Parts: sequence; C-alpha cells; structure tokens
Amino acid sequence: MAKIKIDGREIDVAPETSLLQACEAAGAEVPRFCFHERLSVAGNCRMCLVEVKGGPPKPQASCAMAVRDLRPGPNGEPPEVFTTTPMVKRAREGVMEFLLINHPLDCPICDQGGECDLQDQAMAYGVDTSRFAENKRAVEDKDIGPLVKTVMTRCIQCTRCVRFTAEVAGTADMGLISRGEDVEITTYLETAMASEMQGNVVDLCPVGALTSKPYEFTARPWELAKTESIDVMDGLGSNIRVDARGREVLRILPRLNEDVNEEWISDKTRHVVDGLKVQRLDRPYVRVAGRLKPASWSEALGAVADRIGANPKKTAVIVGDFATAEELYAVKSLADALGIVDIDARSDGSKIDPAWGRGAYRFNATIAGIEEADALLVVGSNPRLEAPVLNARIRKRWRKGGFPIGVIGEEADLLWAYNHLGDGPTGLARLASGENGFLEVLKAAKKPLILVGNGVTTRPDGAAVLAEVAKLAVAVGAVGDDWNGFSVLHTSANRVAALDLGVVPGAGGRSTDEILAATRKGEIDTLILVGADEIDTSGLKDRFVVYLGTHGDKGASAASVILPGAAYTEKSGIFVNTEGRVQLADRAVFPPGEAREDWAILRALSALAGATLPFDSLSELRAKLAAADPAFAEIDTVAAGTSEDVIRLAGLSAGQTDGRPFVGVIADFHLTNPIARASKTMATCSRLRAGQLAAAAE
Amino acid sequence: MLHDRDRIFTNIYGLKDKSLKGAMARGSWDGTKAILEQGRDWIIDQIKASGLKGRGGAGFPTGLKWSFMPKVSDGRPHYLVVNADESEPGTCKDRDILRNDPHHLVEGCLIASFAMGANAAYIYVRGEFIREREALQRAIDEAYDAKLIGKDNIHGWPFDLYVHHGAGAYICGEETALLESLEGKKGQPRLKPPFPANAGLWGCPTTVNNVESIAVSPTILRRSAAWFSSIGRPNNNGTKLFMISGHVNKPCVVEEEMGIPFKELIEKHAGGIRGGWDNLLAVIPGGASCPAVRADQIMDAQMDFDGMRAIGSSFGTGGLIVMDKSTDIIKAIARISYFFRHESCGQCTPCREGTGWMWRVLERFAKGEAEPAEIDMLFQVTKQIEGHTICALGDAAAWPVQALIRNFRPVIEERIAAAKAARRVAAE
Repeated sequence: MAKIKIDGREIDVAPETSLLQACEAAGAEVPRFCFHERLSVAGNCRMCLVEVKGGPPKPQASCAMAVRDLRPGPNGEPPEVFTTTPMVKRAREGVMEFLLINHPLDCPICDQGGECDLQDQAMAYGVDTSRFAENKRAVEDKDIGPLVKTVMTRCIQCTRCVRFTAEVAGTADMGLISRGEDVEITTYLETAMASEMQGNVVDLCPVGALTSKPYEFTARPWELAKTESIDVMDGLGSNIRVDARGREVLRILPRLNEDVNEEWISDKTRHVVDGLKVQRLDRPYVRVAGRLKPASWSEALGAVADRIGANPKKTAVIVGDFATAEELYAVKSLADALGIVDIDARSDGSKIDPAWGRGAYRFNATIAGIEEADALLVVGSNPRLEAPVLNARIRKRWRKGGFPIGVIGEEADLLWAYNHLGDGPTGLARLASGENGFLEVLKAAKKPLILVGNGVTTRPDGAAVLAEVAKLAVAVGAVGDDWNGFSVLHTSANRVAALDLGVVPGAGGRSTDEILAATRKGEIDTLILVGADEIDTSGLKDRFVVYLGTHGDKGASAASVILPGAAYTEKSGIFVNTEGRVQLADRAVFPPGEAREDWAILRALSALAGATLPFDSLSELRAKLAAADPAFAEIDTVAAGTSEDVIRLAGLSAGQTDGRPFVGVIADFHLTNPIARASKTMATCSRLRAGQLAAAAE
Repeated sequence: MLHDRDRIFTNIYGLKDKSLKGAMARGSWDGTKAILEQGRDWIIDQIKASGLKGRGGAGFPTGLKWSFMPKVSDGRPHYLVVNADESEPGTCKDRDILRNDPHHLVEGCLIASFAMGANAAYIYVRGEFIREREALQRAIDEAYDAKLIGKDNIHGWPFDLYVHHGAGAYICGEETALLESLEGKKGQPRLKPPFPANAGLWGCPTTVNNVESIAVSPTILRRSAAWFSSIGRPNNNGTKLFMISGHVNKPCVVEEEMGIPFKELIEKHAGGIRGGWDNLLAVIPGGASCPAVRADQIMDAQMDFDGMRAIGSSFGTGGLIVMDKSTDIIKAIARISYFFRHESCGQCTPCREGTGWMWRVLERFAKGEAEPAEIDMLFQVTKQIEGHTICALGDAAAWPVQALIRNFRPVIEERIAAAKAARRVAAE
C-alpha cells in the first residue's frame, strides 16, 4: 500500500491506483469524460486534471498517472495531490470551454438531455457566456446501424466507443479518423456495427453523439419510472433497469452487477422493448368452430378446467423459457395435485436430468470465475450468440493472456482466438485420448474451465456426451474442492430453477418431444403450454392445446384456449441464472388489457379443476417456494452445486454417443423468443445480419 | 567563428564524395572498434562530459538520456530510434545530413545503440523526404556491404539498422507518436509516464534521438569530449547546424559554434538582412514553434539555449526565420497557427479545439476585424492550451501566438483601430 495526500487528507491505496481513483477514494470528486473503469486509459479529454505537488509545474491528467508515479517529498512525506486549487479550477474551466465551443447548443432536442455528462459538468465548470465568436464545427452524421443513432456534431472525441468496440466487444467496428479539428468517429466505411453488444456505446457516450435509435425522441429521463429487474433473453440473467412511463416500457438499461453482467447488456436485452407492445395477448380466447373467439376469463378457464377434470391423467404440460420460479413451482404443484406426470420444462429437448444433482447442470465456475480460469474448453456452444455478455467476459480474460482456448463444435467467429479441436463427440474423444495436445494444456492448467453448451445437452445422445465431458473434466483436474470448472451454459433464463424444482416428467412421464408426439397421436387429451413457443407445433391444431402466455406466436396459433399472461417486465419473479444465482425481478408495469400474472391464472385454474393451490398471493406462493427449497429465498446468492455431482455424472453410463457434429442452438440471434420475434427492431437487426452474412459469404 | 578544422559535417553541402569511401576519407568510421572497446559506460560518460544537448529542439542532455536506459536487459530488447521526421517549418538540417553526410548518422547509430545495449535501430524518415531516404538507404547498404554494421560486423556488436518512411505527419516527430507510427498505429502521442526508456517501441526500453545528436556523437568520441565542450560557452557546448531562412540575402544551412552572436551569424553566413539591418522586423529563432522576437531584442543576442531564453524565446532546433519590415507579422503568425491547427492530431481537447480557435481569431486580427479586448482573450486561450495537453504540440502552438501578443501587441491594436476607422468612413 502507498500513502498519498489528497487535498490534505492522507489515505492508503494500492500503488498502482490511478490518481483519479485515489481522489475518489478520498472523497474528492474528479470530473471526467474519457476515463472509464472498464476501458483502457486514453487521457485525452483532459477534464480530470489535478495539481501534483513536487511534480512538474503543470496540471496532470489524474486518470493516466498512478500513485506510484509520484515521488515522495524530501523527507519521505507522502506525495500530495490537490483537486480544488485555483490551478485545477482554471484548467478544468479551460477544458470545459474548449469542449463547448464546438458543441452544438441543441440540448432541448437532444436525447441525452437530463443524463448528459457534458451537461452536468458544464453546470459545475462551465460559464454562462461564450467567448467563441467563430463558426462552430459541424460533422456529418453516420449511419452505423439500426440501434445507434449518431449526431456527430455533438461528439467530444473521448473515444470511449472506439475503445469499447475494440476491447470489450472485440469487433473493432469504430475508429477515430482524420486529424485535429477534423477528427471524426466513424465505422470507417459507414457499415453497420457487427457487435451483439453495440447498444452499450450509447450508455458509454458521455454526450448525445451516440443515442439509442429505437428510443429516439421518446421520453426524457425524468419522466420515467425506473424498476430493477432481471433479463430473460439468455441464461445469464443480466441485471437490468426497466424504464417505464405509465403502462408502457420505454427502454431497458443495464444495472451494475460485477458478478453477472458488469455493466453491459446485449442488444437483444436492450432493444427487445418494442416487442413487449405488439402481438400481445390481451384477452382470453376460445376456439369455436376452428376460429379463435374472444372469451371471458370464466369461459376460458372453465373450458380448460372441464377438459382437465374429465381426464387429468391424459393432460400434459410443457413450460417455456420465461416462467419465473414461482410459476414453475405453481405448475409443478398443480401437476402433482392432479397426478399429471407428463410435464416438462425442457422445451428445447434438453436431456439433463435433475436427479444427477445440481453440480451437473450449473455453470459451476461462476461467471466471475471465468476471470480466474487459466484454460478454456468450449464444447457444443457458441457463447457469442448464446450469451454475448458472458462471451465478453471470456474475451476479457483472453485479452490478459495466458489463456489457451479449445473449441469443439461449430467453427464460428467468437471474438477470441482458439484452437478448433473437432466438430462433435469424435473431437471430444480425440481430445480425451491426448491426440491433439490440448489435453496436456488442460491438465497443466490450475483452473481449467470446461464450458458445455446446449449444442450438447439438446442432442438425442446429450446425456452420454455430457457424461463424456464430465469425465474429461474430472480427468484433467477441473473438478476439485476449491475449483469446479465443469460449467453448463444454458440459453434459457430460468432453466436452472426448473431443474432445481424438478419440473421434468414424473415416474413414467413423457418428455417434451414425447408429449408432442403423443398429443399428435391423440394419446393426450389436453396439452397445456405455459409460455412454450420454441417447440414443434405442427399437427397440434386439431388437438386441445391451452396456451398460457404473452404473445401471439407459435404456441398461441396452435391453441384452442388462450390465457393471456404477463411478460417478464409485468410481474415480479425469481430467476435463477446459468450459474445458479437466485435473482429477483420487480414489476415495472401492469400486463395489458385483461392479461393477468401467470401465477394467478394457474391459481384460478387449480380451483376450477378441483385441486386448489394453497396460496392466495404472490408472497404466500413465494413463502411456499422458499419452504420447498430454501435456496430460493437467498436472493443474489449462488445456490451452488457440488463437485460430487460432476464426478457422479462422469460415471454415468448413458449409452453411446453418435458421431454427428454439434449444431448451434441459435439460428438467429435476434429472433430467439416470442418477444424478440414481435420486435420490429429485432427484425431489422436480423435482416441486416442475414444480409451481412450473405455478403460475407460471397 | 568556427574554424574549419572543428567542423563535424564536412560534406554538409554535398560538394564532396558522398559515398562511404569519401566519408571514410574524411574520418568517418575511423577507430570505431576502439571506441566500442572502451565500453558502454565510457561512451555515455564522454557524451555527458561533452555537454551535448539534444538537437531536436527540447535540448535535453543527450548523455543523460542515454543513461536512462536499463543497464541490464530484463529480457526485452532495447531499441534506438532516430527521429528524422524533420517537419518543423524553418528547420532543414537533418535533411542535409541525410542526403549529403549520412555516414555520420550510420556510425552514430552503431555507437549509440552499443552504448544503450540495443542491437537494432530504426531511423524514422519524414514522408516527404524521398531522395533523402534513398541517400540514407544507400549509405546503410554501403555500411552493410563493408561489414561495418550487420549481424556479423567487424566491430563485434551485432547491429541492424532499419529505415522507416513516415507518411508526412508533423505530429509523428513527437517521440511517442513516432513510436506509435513505427508500430503501425495511428501517430498519436502516448501518455507519459511510462517514458520510452521504460516502455517504448513495442513496450521495450527505447531511446529516441534527433538525427544531429546521433550524427555528432562519433566525432565527439573520436576527438574527445573536452574538444567538443571547449567550443561554445558553458551549458551551451559544441557546434551546431544553423538554418537561416527568410529575408536574408543568402539563406543557408551552416555549422557554427554555439553562442555565436546573432549579428555575426547573419553577416558572415547569410549575407546580411535584405535591405540592411534597419529593415529587420522580427526573428523566429528556432523553428516555427519558438516565440518570435523583435529586432531590438535579438540584435545583440547569442545564438544558444541560454541566449534565446534570456530574450524570452527558445533556441529550438536553431532554425532562424528572419522577417524584414515587408512582413505582415500577424499574417505570418496566423499562417504558423494554421500549420499547427492542421497538424494537431486531434487526440486531446485543448489542442484539438484550441488550435483552430487561435487560428481563426488570428485571421481576423490580420484583417483587423476584432475588438481590442479579444487580444487578451486570445492570450488566455493560449494559456488554456499550454501545459494542458498530452504532448508538447499544444505548447508549440500556443507559444508563437503568445509571443505575437507579447512582442507585437501595438501592431494588432493599430490594425484593429485602422479597420474600425475604415468602417466608420465607409459608413459615413
């Protein structure tokens, strides 16, 4: 630790701390534009200038100078830094004046207004008049894609966006071209950005140069009610803030959580918002003579209850990816009460069996643990598409060096360099036999990370392959007491909760594919889809299908009865992410029209079906859930699995693996769920991406 | 007045044989092995004792700079980088060294690299220097052929010398921007610390020196530090290439001793001021970034670091821009300001925004379209740039403007008053 005096206050900090951070630690606020904790230091805005005693007689950029760069006084006194002296004040006012001379006075029509760093700091360091009598510079706007709007005249060239795309996103989409006054931020050839995380440059931009295009001229920040929530677009459970005005969700922003998403979110998380407003199921429907007719709640629920009551044993339930833990518990309880064994929440056909133990299907290394790992093997996963923010974490670790990565599966641009070790189980076998040398790399690593994706778990031989991977993990020493590197990356937001709660077929029950087949054959009378859309709905039209969900998507079009539910922003619920972190999402707005929260619908249905669920409110339901599994009461903690689970999985004999290559589970990143498919923004992105891929293939 | 026997650059005008043979006949590469055999520390001590100061403008003691390099390598290679990106208006000495007397530089590179434990050196040549680069490359090829340098040379210090051709940006003459450019990146100055001696080219210990500083070092070591330090005056030792341009009768590049009186330099070598001494208006003594001084200030000054500091200017590279009374000094400085506006890399705020502001105000001053109060405002703007930037280009852009206001304020005021009067007349 090193001692340093900030404005006369002595503090102890690590020697490599920057002066800016030391000042913050001492409670002295330092203005900045270009500096960002998660990006490299540029030192170009010159706003964070401070006075350094014993240093050169000019102000120093505090972001670029470390405490250890300062020399102590002649008698060993700690070095001194001042943030409030006249020199510092003059320097900052000077820089602020320079920033403002070419900045347009268009705050009234700027989307950044109210949350603009330049606006805020101009209040502190700016003056009320301008001495600049010349013409202001103007810069042409750039078209850099459907998500980020540019007003480049507002740009102050802090290069945060350039550093983000180059360092965090890894696509190097943006750059600073030209010189002097003529410098411009651009995507060079004005191509659209290629990153799945490009929306973050909007948050990073300290001025209104880069703003959200879909959100353009929509609202002012002070009009919005802000709700803390959890994202459901992937298995990561990114922490988000939902900004709403009235009954309408207007935008989604990231929330800081160092253990999960740091402060990034993917574009799907951010821009799926407009999908929450269209294609919504806002009243119950019942199919009459082949056509869906609006119905009252009592009619719709009555029709379903009659059908179930007639033969509960011939009822099946498939639960989709967006169900909260409470809903999963309610569905499971209802199924148990009615004796339904044909129930499955693994709508993607995953072969994971919760009986293997929690360690067998969790991201055991934890997301933050990726940064501790020193070797990585990816099996049957494309983390760039399955969890872009987690992929950024892998990239962050990779950039530090000493991180060999092997990939078995599809050879895609994952934004970090890797050895491609094979396409399918044979590649895995070759690796395990030590054929390609990567086995030694994993063995030599102290904390090897084995990442398994849904490309493995959803295969018919998923269980066998997963057992092979577990065997490999055990063999290379990835599974021990202080490190468990066997990590499953789920794409579904709450799959871990579903598995924890055992929402899988009961004794003699059918799994998703078997339920669908049996329904088509007429062996099942009633199929209840709880937000399940990612299934093959062909041949279900003539069967009695109940769809409880939010959007008029695949599930609803096959349904005989539609029960309109609440989307993830419209209800409070618990989500457990891929590492087993229990997180609570709050309700931002109410469901549209007559739609109701799903747990309440299930509760009403249970009463009509003669198996009343034992709770009358969400808090009672939550209490029951916590009683059933105390881990669900521990919000923001990881309900971890054990190494023994992985070792047991390694010893599992689950049949033969077949030789087919692993196939990516995400065909179109932007259209993976009903909300995204309803979103115009996502459709635009998807079309653009398809076009880019086609152009790249030519 | 420098004796011919004390000249280092004996072929600066290219009148003699420029080849290796010619250079060797004039003394280059004589006893180089013996110099290297004296060891690293001896070389650095000699350069220190000679009082040689960097000839690139800042005047940092060369021997001291060499001594900053780590004595023992930590596994990273060391590099010498020679800054031949001579772009400062008014400066044209390195060009003559490169095209007429390059063997001094090649030999200097070997010795300096040896002194700092570098086995490779890069010479970063200004983009516009096409013939100069060819001449330099010729000299290097000759030295390779004669086994004077190369992996297996007769001096026993494996050494490779590379020429890198810039693309013509002034900012790449800033040492860290030069390193960025050499690495293939955009030429933007780096933040310091870390300094190049710790983390320079590709993160390795690096020293960046001016062409002239390196080119004079072999002769200093051959003729002794005492000889070099006996020329000039204390703290301003040795010989120096002066470049005299502008309103003199015979513009030239000439090697002279440090501290030569201004008048003597102009009379002896440049044939006097155009129209006589009474016609002298102003002099920029060290290249465009140095503050311009009035005739009365410089008339009796000595041309060296201390002499120029005494009159509130800076010695810079020794490139004198002489302006007689036909010069519109405001327009001249406005043009210099335009140069810096054009060459600012645009990385940091004060320089990016301030250089354009200064230029625009000066253009108005030149026409008198301003208010007298704006003179002080402009001075404040220069102060807001100076010392607040990443590299020294901000300072370099601010100084000429400050000097204009400091030394020629009445001219600006008159211009503004005259324009006002003219407008009044026009209105009536």
